[in-house]
Amino acid sequence: MNFDTKRAARLALIGLAAASLAACASRPKPAGPAPVAPSEPSSPSAPYTPPPSPVAQGAIPGSVQDFVINIGERIYFDTDEYVVRSDAQPVLAAQAQWLNRYPAVRVRIEGNADERGTREYNLALGARRANAVRDFLVSQGVSGARIETLSYGKERPIDGGSSEDAWAKNRNARTAITDGAR
Amino acid sequence: MMSNKENPMRLKALLLMVAALIGGAMVSPAAAQIEVDINAGAVKPLPIAVPAFSGTPRGAEIAQVITGNLERSGLFQPLNVSAVADKLPDVNVQPRFPDWQATGAQALINGQVTVGADGGLRVDFRLWDVFSQQQLLGLQFSSTPDNWRRVAHKISDAVYERLTGEKGYFDTRVAFVAESGPKMARVKRLAIMDQDGANPQFLTDGSYIVMTPRFSATSQELTYMALRPTGSSIYLLNLETSRQETVGKFPGMVFAPRFSPDGAKVAFSVEKGGNSDVYVLDLRSRQSTRITTDPSIDTSPSFSPDGSKIVFNSDRGGQAQLYVMNADGSGVRRISYGGGRYTTPVWSPRGDFIAFTKQAGGQFHIGVMRTDGSDERLLTTSYLDEGPTWAPNGRVLMYFRETQAGTPRLWTVDVTGRILRPAAYQGQASDPAWSPLLD
Repeated sequence: MNFDTKRAARLALIGLAAASLAACASRPKPAGPAPVAPSEPSSPSAPYTPPPSPVAQGAIPGSVQDFVINIGERIYFDTDEYVVRSDAQPVLAAQAQWLNRYPAVRVRIEGNADERGTREYNLALGARRANAVRDFLVSQGVSGARIETLSYGKERPIDGGSSEDAWAKNRNARTAITDGAR
Repeated sequence: MMSNKENPMRLKALLLMVAALIGGAMVSPAAAQIEVDINAGAVKPLPIAVPAFSGTPRGAEIAQVITGNLERSGLFQPLNVSAVADKLPDVNVQPRFPDWQATGAQALINGQVTVGADGGLRVDFRLWDVFSQQQLLGLQFSSTPDNWRRVAHKISDAVYERLTGEKGYFDTRVAFVAESGPKMARVKRLAIMDQDGANPQFLTDGSYIVMTPRFSATSQELTYMALRPTGSSIYLLNLETSRQETVGKFPGMVFAPRFSPDGAKVAFSVEKGGNSDVYVLDLRSRQSTRITTDPSIDTSPSFSPDGSKIVFNSDRGGQAQLYVMNADGSGVRRISYGGGRYTTPVWSPRGDFIAFTKQAGGQFHIGVMRTDGSDERLLTTSYLDEGPTWAPNGRVLMYFRETQAGTPRLWTVDVTGRILRPAAYQGQASDPAWSPLLD
């Protein structure tokens, strides 16, 4: 680690104060039960635009793609556990290093659980997992003010199967970049 | 299939039902020859004849709704009596009992629909013991014509109560989460329907996740949780006015709301820094009080019917078990000791049982236990059974069962565990919440 983490963290705090003010101001009010609008029909007369040809190129450093591909956004947990496993620690250390390098980036840690638990319990379990990741990143020098946490419980599986394998994938915490990436 | 264009509650404006005892001199509980032992479950359902009511409109449909209710309860076996010669044209004329005895029916419901000068619907019915030829019940209901299904539910409740000695649960509604879409991107919409699956309506548009609706025991009010990328909210929704408010802002997640029996408080979980505790919000003073402080998962609170106690689940002992405490958080004691994980405890409105979800040996169960944890009985078993809710009479539970393919549907089971069946609503649904009896 050759870059100055302290300086990065300081910069991050400044960037963050501004960002969080903006976030407060624009936080949407919770909407009430709303009538269901039919989906908009697509315009039949829209001119056809061919999609751009694929271009081989690496992810731009500091981009969401860079983070997802080169660092990894998820770590995985054991059943009914929220301790960061040893195989997950290098991933989180790399996430922390990356976040320290790009101090304008803000993240939301999303805790997830497999379907082998009840909804409410799994919301609580997902929250524990999200906070375990948050605590790890903070211990590696990432300012806690850049991190928010959320639990999806068992509502957002990434594997729709019902095997041990699928459940293992669905017990995870995802570090989702919400702002500040290139 | 569903519509939400109108106010979900049409009760106050449209409902004017007058029930009057008819032929009271003939009705005497001591004279009853037949009764249904509710504790015997489905061992021997009572054969009953529910021929089409005479008169129009809706005579046949009312009988069909009653038939469906009684059949689904598992305590009655409605017979096909369309071939019986006695067509019962006048509710004031005694049935020709030999005709009905020949069907094997022990009880007979006959009724008559008339339209008053004001256009209102009048429905008279009689309940007969076919063999003793005694009238067990006679009632008359008046209503607006579009409310005929509720008349049928009220008749069902009256018959159920007369024959079982227990209050009925048919004139009720069920709030639930209507589900659609693939397992990895489910669309979840708050919905409500009659308990027999009729009149389903969406209350939210599916643009955010909703979970765990619960009725107030005293009013047509729901509390439920909404989950968006920006965080979670607990709403209080008045179904008559469609007004809703939140329980307020908290630093972390809020979830698992449930009303107190008097409707004056809501218990729920607040998560902070990964630790979930039970809070109680007083809806008048808007003051919330944290009532558990353990660094474990404390969630799924449910009040006892007298409001003095709360049952909840906690993993403070290593894995999720059920605990009971006083409503102020004092006197916590564990009540479940079986192997496996116990979650979603719900206190019966009668106060005699606590229903729960149990996970053991790779299976999920809905079960009941006494409020001190004794007499545990598992009523169901499947890949995923979750989230029991009590019918207002405390004799029947609704819950959801999800297959490995990820298809959730509503099921019912009685407290004996013998009467287990899919609920009438056949759409994909989870998190059912049974309303109290309507007014």
